[in-house]
Amino acid sequence: MRSAVLIVILLLTLVAVPLAADARSDAKKQVEFGIAVAQRGLWREAIYRWERATQIDPSYAPAHNNLAIAYEHEGDLAKARAAYERALELEPGNALIKQNYELFREINDRTTRQSAQ
Amino acid sequence: MIARPVRALSSLVAVLLAVACTNSFEIPIETPIRPKLEVAAFQRVLVAGFIAGGTEDVDGNLETTRLLRSQLRTKSQLRVIDSDVLPLVDVATEGRDSGGATTAPEPIKEEKDLEAYEHVFANVEYWKKIGEEYQQPLIVTGTVMFTPLQRNSIVQREQEVYDSFGRRRVVPVRTYQERKGFSLDGRFIFIDGRSGATLHSESFGEQILYNANQTTPALSSYFELMDRLIPTFLSTLSSQKIKGTRILLQ
Repeated sequence: MRSAVLIVILLLTLVAVPLAADARSDAKKQVEFGIAVAQRGLWREAIYRWERATQIDPSYAPAHNNLAIAYEHEGDLAKARAAYERALELEPGNALIKQNYELFREINDRTTRQSAQ
Repeated sequence: MIARPVRALSSLVAVLLAVACTNSFEIPIETPIRPKLEVAAFQRVLVAGFIAGGTEDVDGNLETTRLLRSQLRTKSQLRVIDSDVLPLVDVATEGRDSGGATTAPEPIKEEKDLEAYEHVFANVEYWKKIGEEYQQPLIVTGTVMFTPLQRNSIVQREQEVYDSFGRRRVVPVRTYQERKGFSLDGRFIFIDGRSGATLHSESFGEQILYNANQTTPALSSYFELMDRLIPTFLSTLSSQKIKGTRILLQ
């Protein structure tokens, strides 16, 4: 009985690891495509790709970071903040995400101050 | 003292390391900022005039009206109405006078002098009438105080000194400095030409100071100060884009 459980766990692990790897690899493909189209100025398409990437692999921080940048570019500052915060939650030590977030906050704080006047 | 540069350097190193270790791409972005005021209901804007005071070297009413009209013409979607600048000081004085007779406006020298005239902005009937005359535009008005400033203070500056061996040193020296300049204070008021009601009002204040021996014409100081205020003014009426760069990650 015990060995049967062990075999099931082993099998599940063997299946789960490639599945996760597949999800990451699929998400990466979406992210790469998103970057290519964003560089051509097609931000709507980029948003679609990066949203797909976060659905495929919700723990992939670069997808959330890129999505935040795209939302910022579209002027959707609330969504941008949420995406940056999710990216930082996933990779708190990532200096590039931190730098993007700091720059975003500068703009966001300025607009908040303006509307409070 | 050295903690700040060290911190800045270490964060720069961290960013450079991160760039080296990750596939990253710098990308320019333009963040659109929505206007503070919803102006979709208006097709036209009338910069009516201002209650202005301070120095007599600059006509604050005329110059502010001209400048805002020209800025709105190039940087907003609204059609700018060309009309004579309203003499709001006279209008306010007339309104205050119960007999209806025109009395000469008192010179407005300080900000507190404005109080006697500010009731004109709350005169809904008057603005409604102006609105009807110009096909119900968005009306821009307000107050402008452009006043001379003088500040005398002890300032610290660095001076080169040479010791008996000819060695150069830079030492801080405290000196008394007289500075002159101008301040520009006031309020932009946005009125709905259909109802005469105030939609939004925004106070502003900027100062500029020069060395006392420097001669700067009042009008150029006025334009220098207005240059600082224009972006805030425009952001009330039209959306703006803030340019920057971000790092995309793979």
